[in-house]
Amino acid sequence: MDPTMTDRTDDIERSVIAILARQAVRDPADLSPGDRLEALGIDSMGLVETIFAIEETFDVSVPFNANAPEAGGMDLTTVGTVVEAVRGLVSSKAA
Amino acid sequence: MRRVVITGAGTVNPLGDNLVDTWAALRDGRVAIGPLDIPDADRLAHPIGAAVSGFDPTAHFPAQRLGLLDRFSQFALVAAREAMGQAGLVPDPALGPRAGVILGNSGGGMTTQDEGFRAVYEGGRIRVHPFTVPRLMGNAPSAHLTMEFGFTGPSFTVSSACASSNHAIGQALAMIRSGQADVMLTGGTEAMLTFGGLKAWEGLRVMSPTGCRPFCTSRDGMVQGEGAAVFVLEAEEHARARGAQVLAVVAGAAMTSDARDIVMPDRDGAAAAMTGALRDADLAHGDIGYINAHGTGTAANDRTECAAIRQALRHAAGAVAISSTKSLHGHLIGGAGAVELLACLLALREGVIAPTAGLRARDPDCDLDIVANAARRAPVAATLSNAFAFGGMNAVIALTAS
Repeated sequence: MDPTMTDRTDDIERSVIAILARQAVRDPADLSPGDRLEALGIDSMGLVETIFAIEETFDVSVPFNANAPEAGGMDLTTVGTVVEAVRGLVSSKAA
Repeated sequence: MRRVVITGAGTVNPLGDNLVDTWAALRDGRVAIGPLDIPDADRLAHPIGAAVSGFDPTAHFPAQRLGLLDRFSQFALVAAREAMGQAGLVPDPALGPRAGVILGNSGGGMTTQDEGFRAVYEGGRIRVHPFTVPRLMGNAPSAHLTMEFGFTGPSFTVSSACASSNHAIGQALAMIRSGQADVMLTGGTEAMLTFGGLKAWEGLRVMSPTGCRPFCTSRDGMVQGEGAAVFVLEAEEHARARGAQVLAVVAGAAMTSDARDIVMPDRDGAAAAMTGALRDADLAHGDIGYINAHGTGTAANDRTECAAIRQALRHAAGAVAISSTKSLHGHLIGGAGAVELLACLLALREGVIAPTAGLRARDPDCDLDIVANAARRAPVAATLSNAFAFGGMNAVIALTAS
């Protein structure tokens, strides 16, 4: 694997976890990939704010409609799935 | 307590720029939602809305006056002129001190704000139009109505987001009942289809990319509209004494607060507002023939509202016809309740219940008698019009035919 790619994806993970930790008012070190956003206290409004922070940080558009959360094809239920979703958006932007 | 009646109604909204055209569109279930033609529409996530198209301000106002009128004041004035004309009221020194204005509005003069901010931030200009403040202030439309008709009694603008119009109408009702005024112009106006106004809503992720389909499993959010409706509310004895035509009786109103969440609706607060309006109007559950739902087309609203209707109307809930005309004219935010009261008037006067458009498959959580896709003929003696705002502020208006 291209080492610069690894660095970049690690950066993505770090940034996403920092955003989620800020939203959850917790230390980033306390977040694990399997943590559910709801369990971290991130409710539907918190999710909307999180998505805004992700879009501003990575210059991407997250296809999310609060009326149909599943419709965008993104799994935003856990820390790990959010990281993967952002990775996907960033890589399709680069492509 | 004095009884209060509606003796005039006027409107400019996406369905029409007068009452007759609006009623025709409501009867036909005509959808006025479409692509938006505004500056920078290509930078909107979902560039659709229900705009007032073909409105020519210069046909209504001389150039000098237009400089003082944001679009939301223009709508209010044109609607008020129609309402006053229908009521047969003319400026009169004896009436003036006994007459006032309470309008609902949420955004203020958004066109003026948008243009001013563009000029100084984006355009790098060092000055904005000299009338920026008198144009954008929220009380401007109410003020212009007082000046137009010489109403020197109480006047102000109510701002409670999506419930602004119903709060205004409820407050106007209270003022006439209490004897503070004999005649009130009331209703609401909104002109928020600006780039900034739409961007703000976009942020909440509740706007539909496709259209407004309340109570439908395919619904994906709300669609903004714009416009105004204004009513002449009058003490019944005042109206009868001058031989005025009575369009409907404003039988009751109620306002409640959820005191829970800034955006999520609450069944109990909404139900309490409906129950309160019934009590205030001295109506029984089974008397209501039509409810114009708040019906925004968001999952959160529609399910909560249907549960609230069940709670408030109890055994009679299944028998009442319900529709959301936002599916036709969009969500007029601070002007919503006023335009939606026109659908209640149509039901009471003509026995025509305007439909909820675009309903493909009923949401099982909205298991009520939703009038879908085509208007229904039914005699209606009493109506409720619901408005449930962000901030948990609820206001419900009850009308009766006589």
